[in-house]
Amino acid sequence: MSSEAQTSAEYIKHHLQNLTYGKLPDGAWGIAHTHEEAKAMGFWALNVDTLIVSLLLGIVFLFVFRRAARSISTGVPSGLRNFCEWSVEFVESNVRGSFSAKNDMVAPLALTIFFWVFLMNLMDLIPVDYVPFLMRELGVPFFRIVPSADPNATFGMAIGVFLLILYYSVKIKGVGGFLGELTLQPFGKWGLPVNLLLEGVNLIAKPISLALRLFGNMYAGEMIFILIALMGGAWVGLSPTGVTLYGSQILLSLGWAIFHILIVTLQAFIFMVLTVVYMDMAHQEHH
Amino acid sequence: MNINATLLAQTIMFALFVWFCMKFIWTPIMGALEQRKKQIADGLADAERAKHDLELSAKRSAEILREAKEQVGEIVANGEKRASEIVEAAKEQAKIESDRIISGAKAEIDQEVFRAKEQLRTQVSAIALAGASKILGREIDAKAHNELLDKLVSEI
Repeated sequence: MSSEAQTSAEYIKHHLQNLTYGKLPDGAWGIAHTHEEAKAMGFWALNVDTLIVSLLLGIVFLFVFRRAARSISTGVPSGLRNFCEWSVEFVESNVRGSFSAKNDMVAPLALTIFFWVFLMNLMDLIPVDYVPFLMRELGVPFFRIVPSADPNATFGMAIGVFLLILYYSVKIKGVGGFLGELTLQPFGKWGLPVNLLLEGVNLIAKPISLALRLFGNMYAGEMIFILIALMGGAWVGLSPTGVTLYGSQILLSLGWAIFHILIVTLQAFIFMVLTVVYMDMAHQEHH
Repeated sequence: MNINATLLAQTIMFALFVWFCMKFIWTPIMGALEQRKKQIADGLADAERAKHDLELSAKRSAEILREAKEQVGEIVANGEKRASEIVEAAKEQAKIESDRIISGAKAEIDQEVFRAKEQLRTQVSAIALAGASKILGREIDAKAHNELLDKLVSEI
């Protein structure tokens, strides 16, 4: 927590504000310096921090795996190659377990999702104040380091998955088949409106649940880190209260971070598995 | 926290990442893994075959050893048989030879005895004649007393 006089609410708000680039109220394009400016930018604005961090993390993932893939041989693997091969086989076995159709795209999709989401989630373990503080020193007003705690990132991925679901549903079953699936079940053609409602909700729920689950978990995790950080921030001098609060912050953030390692991995895994399952459903000709 | 155009950028980024991963990461790694799997499978198959070959050749060598033992036994048995035959034949021949020698010797002895007897006989008759003539003081005509003499000789 910064040493400036700042209320807890301001502190939290500051940490939850993305670095937004868009049209400022005076008509020029630039970075919003206040929450109000950011809010006023509307849809046509970019969260620069989310974009930069997720892009960097994606590139890290691709770079590491590309290096392994380039140097791969059929000999005995070692080090990084071993790790990459293990990851690939892990994803491959997962995909084989829940995806029954034949599509060469699904396994790489799952691998990308798992590692990208994992790395984005992992940013949550960087102490909450480090990056915003550093960025303020550099003159950047806001910076959120966890892309997956930004709904834009999670919805962005979920929409990508949703488009794939639609594409493959139509490709495998044809437009008629897909529409039939949406309208003719479970109650036959006389229950068409009800069918459409049920199946439509079912369909729309897929990307929304994907995105909201990841976003909710990461956002809540980040929030709790911020709240824990506030305890030490309430420094009231070298008094029993102050020392207790400070010690609590250390212990709690340690505990929460350790627990978060689980959540970080689990959420990445869940996103991956659900994507594979949805893709499998898109490939199934049921009934 | 606003939903904004970041969404679209993220979707595009996501698509690009997936495409790159599929094209430049998944395909080569999976290819190498498949190839390695095949190599390992081949290696295992080779090992299996080699083991099988080893078993086979062990069986064959045991077979050969067994045959050789059998043959050796046969040869030894043959040799023993042959040796005993030779011994037997030698014994037979020795017996025949000894019989022959014995019978020859016997015949010779008989002949010798016979000849000695003949000689003795003639000498006896001569002695008898001489004795008789001396006793009688005169010449005995051998011819005249031939019959008597012969009788005498035969009595001896």
